[in-house]
Amino acid sequence: MENLIALLVAAPLLGAAVLLCGGRRLDRAGHWIGTVLAAASFVIGAVLFTDMLGRGAEDRALHQHLYSWIPVEGFQADVAFQLDQLSMTFVLLITGVGTLIHIYSIGYMEHDERRRRFFGYLNLFLAAMLILVIADNYLLLYVGWEGVGLASYLLIGFWQHKPSAATAAKKAFLVNRVGDMGLSIAIMLMFTTFGTFAFGPVLEATGDTSEGKLTAIGLMLLLAACGKSAQVPLQSWLGDAMEGPTPVSALIHAATMVTAGVYLIVRSGAIFNGAPDAQLAVVVVGAVTLLFGAIVGCAKDDIKKALAGSTMSQIGYMILAAGLGPIGYVFAIMHLVTHGFFKAGLFLGAGSVMHGMNDEVDMRKYGGLRKFMPVTFLTFGLGYLAIIGFPGLSGFFSKDMIIEAAFAKGGTEGWILGSVTLLGAAITAFYMTRVMLLTFFGEKRWQPDAEGHEPHPHESPKSMTIPMIVLAFGSVFAGGFFSIGDRFVHWLEPVTGHDHGHAPVSATTVTAATMVVLVIGVAVAWVMYGRKPVPVVAPRGSLLTRAARRDLLQDDFNHVVLVRGGEHLTRSLVYVDHTLVDGVVNGTAASMGGLSGRLRKLQNGYARSYAVSMFGGAAVLIAATLLMRAV
Amino acid sequence: MSFPLLTATAALPAIGAIATAAVPAARRTAAKWLALTVSLATLVLAGIVFARFEPGGERYQLTESHAWIKDFGVRYELGVDGIGVALLALTALLIPFVILAGWHDADPSPSSQLRSSRGGPNETNPYHWRPTQGFFALILMVEAMVVLSFVATDVFLFYILFEAMLIPMYFLIGGFGDRAHAGSDENAAAQRSYAAVKFLLYNLAGGLIMLAAVIGLYVVAGSFSLSEIAEARADGSLDMATSTERWLFLGFFFAFAVKAPLWPLHTWLPNAMGEATTPVAVLITAVVDKVGTFAMLRFCLQLFPEASKWATPVIIVLALISIVYGALLAVGQRDIKRLIAYASISHFGFIVLGIFAMTSQGQSGATLYMVNHGLSTAALMLVAGFLITRRGSRLIADYGGVQKVAPVLAGTFLIGGLATLSLPGLAPFVSEFLVLVGVFSAYPVAGVVATVGIVLAALYVLVLYQRTMTGPVREGIGGMPDLKVRELAVALPLIALLIFLGVFPKPLTEVVNPAVQHTMQDVQKKDPQPEVEAAK
Amino acid sequence: MNPVNYLYLAALLFTIGASGVLIRRNAIVVFMCVELMLNACNLTLVAFSRMHGNLDGQIIAFFTMVVAAAEVVIGLAIIVSLFRSRHSASVDDASLMKL
Repeated sequence: MENLIALLVAAPLLGAAVLLCGGRRLDRAGHWIGTVLAAASFVIGAVLFTDMLGRGAEDRALHQHLYSWIPVEGFQADVAFQLDQLSMTFVLLITGVGTLIHIYSIGYMEHDERRRRFFGYLNLFLAAMLILVIADNYLLLYVGWEGVGLASYLLIGFWQHKPSAATAAKKAFLVNRVGDMGLSIAIMLMFTTFGTFAFGPVLEATGDTSEGKLTAIGLMLLLAACGKSAQVPLQSWLGDAMEGPTPVSALIHAATMVTAGVYLIVRSGAIFNGAPDAQLAVVVVGAVTLLFGAIVGCAKDDIKKALAGSTMSQIGYMILAAGLGPIGYVFAIMHLVTHGFFKAGLFLGAGSVMHGMNDEVDMRKYGGLRKFMPVTFLTFGLGYLAIIGFPGLSGFFSKDMIIEAAFAKGGTEGWILGSVTLLGAAITAFYMTRVMLLTFFGEKRWQPDAEGHEPHPHESPKSMTIPMIVLAFGSVFAGGFFSIGDRFVHWLEPVTGHDHGHAPVSATTVTAATMVVLVIGVAVAWVMYGRKPVPVVAPRGSLLTRAARRDLLQDDFNHVVLVRGGEHLTRSLVYVDHTLVDGVVNGTAASMGGLSGRLRKLQNGYARSYAVSMFGGAAVLIAATLLMRAV
Repeated sequence: MSFPLLTATAALPAIGAIATAAVPAARRTAAKWLALTVSLATLVLAGIVFARFEPGGERYQLTESHAWIKDFGVRYELGVDGIGVALLALTALLIPFVILAGWHDADPSPSSQLRSSRGGPNETNPYHWRPTQGFFALILMVEAMVVLSFVATDVFLFYILFEAMLIPMYFLIGGFGDRAHAGSDENAAAQRSYAAVKFLLYNLAGGLIMLAAVIGLYVVAGSFSLSEIAEARADGSLDMATSTERWLFLGFFFAFAVKAPLWPLHTWLPNAMGEATTPVAVLITAVVDKVGTFAMLRFCLQLFPEASKWATPVIIVLALISIVYGALLAVGQRDIKRLIAYASISHFGFIVLGIFAMTSQGQSGATLYMVNHGLSTAALMLVAGFLITRRGSRLIADYGGVQKVAPVLAGTFLIGGLATLSLPGLAPFVSEFLVLVGVFSAYPVAGVVATVGIVLAALYVLVLYQRTMTGPVREGIGGMPDLKVRELAVALPLIALLIFLGVFPKPLTEVVNPAVQHTMQDVQKKDPQPEVEAAK
Repeated sequence: MNPVNYLYLAALLFTIGASGVLIRRNAIVVFMCVELMLNACNLTLVAFSRMHGNLDGQIIAFFTMVVAAAEVVIGLAIIVSLFRSRHSASVDDASLMKL
């Protein structure tokens, strides 16, 4: 069975290679090749899953050692895979949602002449993401980690002729690189501390080292997670990443890649368990991002950017849960999976709307679309209900668990975190209701564009609606399915460990409180956007609204401090290199030239003056010889 | 006496160079094919050397030794160790690509043909200087010298080669400029001769100081033979005063630091790489400069271990400055080739850092880095050269939207760039990570500072890619042809190698590891133990 | 006679020759002064040979004479061709080999 693990990666990797090297010949079949190979990976994953279910909880993990990658004295890096329950969960999510999005893209990208390449990149992404989650050591994980970064770069900038897309792609890669720096320093620290960076030995040996070392490793891992999962302070790229085609936003920037940070923290649980300070940092980052993303999501008029804010916020929930330690690990992953369903569904819905609206993204120019796009409306609506945590739907279960776990942390910390998660739930309800109302309800607000084309909203083709329907099913039922009899907890417990904590308030109270804030959030949104017509041009808004539209001024800060500062620095360095470093050398050369210009005068061409110097030289030599003798 | 394989590997391109230079003026194409064939045959020989080299065997293999200048104990002594064999293979591998990429770079320009039709020296005149033949002959000559310098185990022989290399390089830089320049012909010629002279002066200055150190070494040790001196040092029969050792070390190191080049001795490189044709630029940075870093490993550490350890803190600081400074300057460049030159300075910083970290990982990483940097720079620079030839400009601002009209060119350029920024999966990642780990385990702060370099690398590569390849198609770019067969034959094998060595670097690490262990013994250093094991 | 006197004579001749080379401009005269210096040296060599009682000095004197003869041939040829091209035998006219 374990020999199948490599095939999980091999299938999409083959697809990427064939599609990207195949040239124009494959233009007509390219999308099918890509989709079939993604599906093949899913099938292999499913086979491995059924096999895994057949074994006892303790010996479910599979290992496959392919070859020794970098064999250097004292340094052992292997290409080896490990498939345990945690990895399995991700494999199914990635290949499952991935396949659906491949299918969706067939329709969505139909009119793009570079569709083949798009599928090649998508396959490349799947391969890298799978490497990330089934690697058995941190270095191989790093390969996947940067691999998904590359795929994300290529896909965000897929429409490279748009300068905004190219800039967004570059920004995403660079910000991620800052995070990657954290991961590579963490790996180096592991190497100097444990002499290895394979999961098994490192996580077992955490007890043998000091808390300081673990804290340092933990903080570096957190930096990595911040980059990949768009957490404060490295969140700025995610909003811009929406420049990419919508299926990309759904797969990479909502369902899978951005959750890699959560995977990293949960996978490194043993390190964080031994480093309470690092855990605290994780929790703080999660809490701050959860509010940050939610606030930004409230102010955006671009449907994809609003959803991106929401993604940030939801991942904030997961990071927060992961920072709670064994109380929260399982729920972080559970929310991750359910979020994968509903957020992918929401993005695909948004894509479907854009597809019917001539790629318009401004929600203020939608309105009343429920009549024109019934399937999209229905699936989007179910995703909406799931994300705000409507009782019985996926998000209800997973988010509720996190809120409970936050309270269960205990002490003042527990109260603060619990309140933040509750507040986040209220804001989530508000902004998602806003999106829903602006898009599907109210009067139609669209107008002809500059060239006089009026959009004719229409339902999308089957290839697009079917994935949306499947994901809607997931959004509705996944949470309930996982929660019945604590199935998900039992499934992951052998890997992550689980602890119930000691909740200061009962679960029922928490659920009731969640319901109350949910109703408040929805009601406020309805008062603001449902009751009266929405202006097509956004009002100026309060100071907070304007700041939130600009990502709470974080980008401006980056621009002024990093971009401008960096430009000045490089420009002055170029000047220094030219005048100072080079100048010293050129100065030496010039003074040499001056000296030789003077010496040149001695060479006047008169034989007798040369003879004088000869005689003079001879005289000096003789005098010197005599002098030496005398001494 | 077995067949002198190493001599043959070096002699073949040398003979090929003479033969190429002798091809009649009118038969330019024949000269090109001859040069290409010779370089491929050299590659085959180098392959045989690589295959015959046994990783676990003697330190120096395939040795040859003949008396040369008896009075001074100078011997013609060759031998190859794991580090030498890796670089030998790299050199032999890159030269065919350099020749292929420079296929048309030395064709007589239209203006010179015009001159010859006006009664100047023309092609029927046998004494007319034959630029095409000369170009390829010089490249082969450089190859011969570089190959020999990687296998020379006599200090004097190495010194001669180290210096003699400058002559063909000088003519390659000064004699064959990049046609894509800004400004008039005269201006370009002046720039070019400035660059060539600067190259020569810097390296001669380094070489002279090294000569003093070489003579000093002979006075102290009474021998030029690397193995003899190293043995005598190891068994204590040769006792150098601390100050003598330090002075000699500095003499050698200075020359290598100019060649490598290390901050603040770097300013010749951007000029030389900017003004030379791209194949020659690749020759400089990917092949010739490697002799500098290689010699640090072989001569500095092996002959002067104590002095090397004494100088380590300063050298590490200089290397760190090179890394960050080179990268920052690369970001600020407006000229594609100068950008790549500054990127190389940053990479040479990594190599030096790895060497002087004096850990197994650092040194293995540095050796792999030399090979991988050669491949990645060649890929990026040669594709950049194809691009520059098409547009006739080196300025980044003249480009934009290339990926729309020439997607294959843009794709290969991107892969070259990704290799330069050390993306995992491509070869440079392996070496860069090894260097970082090696440095970090010995000097954590230096390791962290060097890590900043990976962010900056992403910055200059992606900015370059964005400005040249993406966005709307700019004026003068429309209708640009995509890569042709000859150009693909250059780009694709390099990319394949980058991927192969990134996924499976074992063939290289296998030969490099034992050599690195020898060096570690020379400097009597042990790897720092991991904390957990040390505690047990 | 005291052989030291020969040395005084040789020194005198050498000085005359040297000052001639330095002061005169006519190539022929300069040339003759050079010869004078050479012969002064010969005289010294022979005188020393006599004083030390071995033949080394005399042998070297022969060599000097041979070299001087060769020099005369080349030197005169140069002077003649110089005179032909410039119609002057002044060495100062041939001061072209400078930057």
